[in-house]
Amino acid sequence: MSEEVAAEILQTHILDLAAQGRRLDGRGPDDYRPVAVEPGFVTTADGSALVHLGRTTALAGIKLEVGKPFPDTPNAGVLTTNAELIPLSSPTFEPGPPQPGAIEVSRVVDRAIRAAEMIDLTRLCVSPGEKSWVCYVDIHILAHDGNLIDAALLASVAALSRSTVPAQRFGVGEADYPLAVQHVPIECTFVRLGDTIVVDPTFDEEHAAQGRITVATDESGRIVAMQKGLVGAFSPDDVKSVVRRAFAHGERLRRSVTGESP
Amino acid sequence: MGSVGAKEVPNLLTADGLRIDGRRLDELRPIQIRAGPLHQADGSAFVEWGQNKVMAAVYGPREVHPRHLQQSTKAVIQCKYNMAAFSVDERKRPGLDRRSQEISKVIAEAFDSVVFAEEFPRTSIDVYIEVLQANAGTRCAGLVAASVALADAGIPMVDLLPAVAVGKVAGAIALDLKKEEDNFGEADLPMALVPQSGRLVLLQMEGHMTEPELGQALDLGVRGCRVIYEKMKAALRDRYSVAPVPSEAP
Repeated sequence: MSEEVAAEILQTHILDLAAQGRRLDGRGPDDYRPVAVEPGFVTTADGSALVHLGRTTALAGIKLEVGKPFPDTPNAGVLTTNAELIPLSSPTFEPGPPQPGAIEVSRVVDRAIRAAEMIDLTRLCVSPGEKSWVCYVDIHILAHDGNLIDAALLASVAALSRSTVPAQRFGVGEADYPLAVQHVPIECTFVRLGDTIVVDPTFDEEHAAQGRITVATDESGRIVAMQKGLVGAFSPDDVKSVVRRAFAHGERLRRSVTGESP
Repeated sequence: MGSVGAKEVPNLLTADGLRIDGRRLDELRPIQIRAGPLHQADGSAFVEWGQNKVMAAVYGPREVHPRHLQQSTKAVIQCKYNMAAFSVDERKRPGLDRRSQEISKVIAEAFDSVVFAEEFPRTSIDVYIEVLQANAGTRCAGLVAASVALADAGIPMVDLLPAVAVGKVAGAIALDLKKEEDNFGEADLPMALVPQSGRLVLLQMEGHMTEPELGQALDLGVRGCRVIYEKMKAALRDRYSVAPVPSEAP
């Protein structure tokens, strides 16, 4: 099919450019696309943020409800992360139950939030073993131009750090109060294009990629989550190098998503 | 419709004939339409209508999935209306429910009534509507967004499809209900109009209305649709008009 031939030509071109340290959109290997955050985009949510990462757009909405803690963690609230790769955002997504790609995005984002202890779940416990807050992080990918994991976490972090616990609405407190955030995880994703490892891949670069790697770091210098994806391989030295780069990008990105307190 | 267990009915209409948000009975909420915000889609539109925020995208004409839906004489028009989990006060479980499926069906049929589908046999025109923030009237906002998105995608149609809901609040026929009016009002009548022919291609109704009230509601809805029609055309002109070249570069 002609579309597949065109895709193959594009992949070869992307790899040829990468060998010279260049990229299709004019960026260098370590240039991240511009990030723009629109906090409070959805007023029906308890916290929300629309994040543009180049031409990728992710919308995260936070909802808190009173529910029951899990039996093995009676003193902690519940955190649930769900990413929807809706068919509106890309010609490659189809309607139906979440595909493995969407589930991977949800899980990698969830892991970063959980492992960084962004939210102190013990503070979401209302009465041990019986009542606790359930914090839903729902992510809607509106436009897919690559690097959904980073965009989804940026949107989630921006939304969570400006969320309100609706205590009054659920009758478990006198007044609503801000959701306390302890740490701020940021994920940084790279792909291998030949011998070059580039940050923040576009949709076309992901298709040409020979391996993808994501590193989540927090503000205290911890690595909190990693994920290698797609077909391809990385050496331990590659991994060490992307971790260094992830810390540098993380510091800059963290400032752009958390901004000033509302 | 009056929700079960609702306690206090707010005062929906003042003695001066003003509604809960200060509108007159025949007044629309503010509407903003932007054509083409999504670059991956063949056509797209974003609509902010009162406190509704709705994004629509169109893909196609393209291959039909699933294949067995393919028709040899015309394009199939498939629509998916979906609400984001955080778009409503009480979190909505993600995924298809019966309400979304019904709305998707009547919207797809409305578009099938105006699109020249016979020009694209064996293809699918896929319309996706995502409700990001809901405050009553999302099917109409979605339909308006999708109609502009279809035009943005260059799909040939008889006409654009403006849509609006008319309802009954505190005994009076009112245009474009917002959430409180929808929850406590007595009737809701969403409709979509083909402005060229003056005919309706989407019509639903729930509640109680007398025959004269229905006549009044239909007239009011058609008038509202004509106002929205102008906004839809303006959004498309904004996207496609060529800016005059300034005589001197600043």
